[in-house]
Amino acid sequence: MVAKNNNVVELEKVVVRFAGDSGDGMQLTGSLFSDAAAVAGNDFMTFPDYPSEIRAPQGTVAGVSGFQIHFGQADIHTSGDLADVLIAMNPAPLMKNLVWIKEGGTIIVDTDTFTEKALVKAGYKSNPLTDDSLNDFNLIQAPISRMTKESAAELGLDNKMVLKSRNMFALGIMFFIFNRDFKSADEYFEVKFKKNPLVVESNKLVLRAGFNYAETIEALNRVTYTVEAADLKKGTYRNITGNTATAWGLLAAGERSGRPLYLGSYPITPATEILQEITKHKSLGAKVLQAEDEIAGIVSSIGASFAGAFAITTTSGPGLSLKSEALGLAVMTELPLVIVDVQRGGPSTGLPTKSEQSDLMQALFGRNGEAPLIVIAASTSSNCFYYAYEAAKLAMEHMTPVILLTDGYLANGSEVFRIPKVADLSPINPPIVKANDKEYQPYRRDPEKLNRFWAIPGTKGLRHRIGGLEKEDGIGNVSHDPMNHQIMSEYRAEKVERVANYIPEQGILGDDTGDLLVVSWGGTYGVMYEIVKKLQEEGKKVSLAHFHYINPLPRNTEDVLKGFKKVIVPELNMGQFVMYLRMKFPHIHYEQYNKMQGLPFMEKELEDKFNQLLEEE
Amino acid sequence: MSIEVDVIDVPKLTKLDFVSDQMVKWCPGCGDHAILSSFQKVLPELGYDKEDIVVVSGIGCSSRFPYYVKTYGFHGIHGRAAALATGIKITSPELNVWMVSGDGDSLAIGGNHFIHLLRRNLDINLMLFNNRIYGLTKGQYSPTTPTGKVTKTSPQGTIEHPFNIGELAIGSQGTFFARAVDTNPKMMTKVMLEAGKHKGTSLIEFLQNCVIFYNKAHGLITSRETKEENQILLEHGQPMIFGKGKDKGIVLRGTELKVVKLGENGITEDDILVHNASLEDPGIHVMLAKMQPPEFPVALGVIRSVSHSTYERRLEEIIEEERESQPIKCVDDLLNSGKTWEI
Repeated sequence: MVAKNNNVVELEKVVVRFAGDSGDGMQLTGSLFSDAAAVAGNDFMTFPDYPSEIRAPQGTVAGVSGFQIHFGQADIHTSGDLADVLIAMNPAPLMKNLVWIKEGGTIIVDTDTFTEKALVKAGYKSNPLTDDSLNDFNLIQAPISRMTKESAAELGLDNKMVLKSRNMFALGIMFFIFNRDFKSADEYFEVKFKKNPLVVESNKLVLRAGFNYAETIEALNRVTYTVEAADLKKGTYRNITGNTATAWGLLAAGERSGRPLYLGSYPITPATEILQEITKHKSLGAKVLQAEDEIAGIVSSIGASFAGAFAITTTSGPGLSLKSEALGLAVMTELPLVIVDVQRGGPSTGLPTKSEQSDLMQALFGRNGEAPLIVIAASTSSNCFYYAYEAAKLAMEHMTPVILLTDGYLANGSEVFRIPKVADLSPINPPIVKANDKEYQPYRRDPEKLNRFWAIPGTKGLRHRIGGLEKEDGIGNVSHDPMNHQIMSEYRAEKVERVANYIPEQGILGDDTGDLLVVSWGGTYGVMYEIVKKLQEEGKKVSLAHFHYINPLPRNTEDVLKGFKKVIVPELNMGQFVMYLRMKFPHIHYEQYNKMQGLPFMEKELEDKFNQLLEEE
Repeated sequence: MSIEVDVIDVPKLTKLDFVSDQMVKWCPGCGDHAILSSFQKVLPELGYDKEDIVVVSGIGCSSRFPYYVKTYGFHGIHGRAAALATGIKITSPELNVWMVSGDGDSLAIGGNHFIHLLRRNLDINLMLFNNRIYGLTKGQYSPTTPTGKVTKTSPQGTIEHPFNIGELAIGSQGTFFARAVDTNPKMMTKVMLEAGKHKGTSLIEFLQNCVIFYNKAHGLITSRETKEENQILLEHGQPMIFGKGKDKGIVLRGTELKVVKLGENGITEDDILVHNASLEDPGIHVMLAKMQPPEFPVALGVIRSVSHSTYERRLEEIIEEERESQPIKCVDDLLNSGKTWEI
């Protein structure tokens, strides 16, 4: 269904934010709106913003749950800075989100909820709907609660039940404004409420009532918008969150390597969904242990790896701290293992539901002794799939633990994902020893990669013992010999260094020389891309080097850094990657820009900073 | 050498098949030697191929064990052997997994993994060497050191209450608990065999002597002069009789166990409790596990052995059911499941 009016304005990109109490169903509303964007062929990214409490006090600012979607016909790389349209189901979400709306943006509120009591609870001294404080916005005052009740009255459902679908009235309004089709939402109702046809019917009615209401009122001046299909490569697409993409990438690696997948993990925000997702897929042979703690999560995975599984543990910063000693054991026993760290705000419990890039040093160095391992980082919600797969490939082919860094922003955000075929992914060939191999020794190494070999219990003729004590080169007996420890330490370091021969060189967005190189890593890619592209279009000599491989760094890293007058490293931490680069390439001068607010970078702040550097001599 | 080439078609395995070439470095007179020897004798009796046996340990004197046994082995980190063994067993349920640990390794630093291993009931055999002291770090008290004992970290005597391992294990839903002394190889091999046969986590507490830091910790129970009065070997289906002249027995009076003398006050063998290791209700098993001198003899042998489902078998069954019932058969199916669209 398309709005019956002729005043349609075409937009390139739009940011919409849904906000309500944490029980108002904003995440669902947002995801149904995303589905409709998908059907329309848009590119999009979404980001949920919810409190760490499950049901924080209703009507308070602390309990506000939001969902933002950035969609468009062009390439979308972030979930958007400021919203063009905000739906606020109550006063508190309006209070909380007003700073996130563009000047002159549209605000839609449910006027029925703006009671004196609710206003006080939200912290308002006067009613924003009547005190002129919203004059700079296009304010649409809709009696959403009342009309929701009226629209489904004929079905005879009780009011409380019907009011639950208030969010669908709001969705209906948005569908009208953006000329969206009902089909995908209708399909959702039919599946979700299969057992209750009356609820299906009431949701459909309320959705359409919202649509018709928006069409009828003059508040919109009869203007609606279309966002045309994006120019995406041909293929089958889906919407995917970073955590789901990570889980699926790992499952794909299990299948492609032929090794049974084992995950030992302990629930922790914001990594838990990976554990939940993988354990759903036992039909793919995935074995999952919800361990008694973080330590058992990783140690059981090391046991599983010894027994021949493709083993994984998933966690966030505090959990990675607890796993430190066991990481050393995985380094020492040279067994493949993938550790996924979905970073959150720290230190300690920190900001569990907010995003940060502050575990980098912990990932690189947080172990006793000389314990090098591979560290890589995903940069978008959808490429979590490919970097999870890559982490698995590197771990198994080089016989080493690999830490994959993602973050809360990537994990919970979602975006359009072009579905690959598993057969097109690069093969994974673990160095498994055949039965009765006369050459086998526990610490015999591949001459090229320097990995030891994987001799799996149950295999004839390969009985051996490994463990956390230093082992004799080759033969693998316990050894306290001084020169042997020197040799083994060098092997362990060199093995990880040589991984640089098996990863791609560092790419540059833009020219490989110029005035300013932006160096970034991990989940900040989208915003860096947007700004650097914009500055390039303005004719400025700016390039972007966004790193996915942190240890080892790509072989050409120094060359990349050398080509520019200035180098800036913006990070959502106090300067961890820049400290690492200073250590590796000390003769280069680095500027840094650091943010520690539990929030992503805003385009504006980066643009200002980069311009300032370009203008300074 | 820690890798050995197989001799083809060995008809029957012997103890020698499981003796590694590593020099055993425990102190002379340590109880560990006898436990190791009994274990190597039992392995050929279990009916597994020698490549299907895995020995896992944590840290401590006991945890050097895997290096001395010629099987697949993993010497882990302190307290975490249970987690290592769990990952191994879940990955390969067909392997015969033995875990070796001590009172510090399993009850202090690894206490959490210990209770959860028992609760999950993985088919893993746990040999816990209880010498009531920290040996490898040279003489600090452990979670089983008796209250008041002077050690290097309790110069005025410990003020902690020790664990009773059987009570803790049964409280953790343990399905098999046995106890043996390191001075009785016959008893050790017998309970090791029973543990090996039991499907589920089998815990054996070895009353093991540390000659250096807590010599004769179990002296009353093991010395030739006092042992018969201070230990009782429990056998399923047999009356609980002990003593030099086999003249004492255990009876249940009200809610408590009591030691009685046969022939006194008209007591006959018919009055004595008959051991039933397979009782689901753990009440009497806990009481037996807690018996201590001087009032009681210490209970040895298999105290509890009940049958519950094991974690790894249930998981295999669920995977099988899911494979049959779920439409998602491969990762391509998964990637294309749910809402997708074409461009």
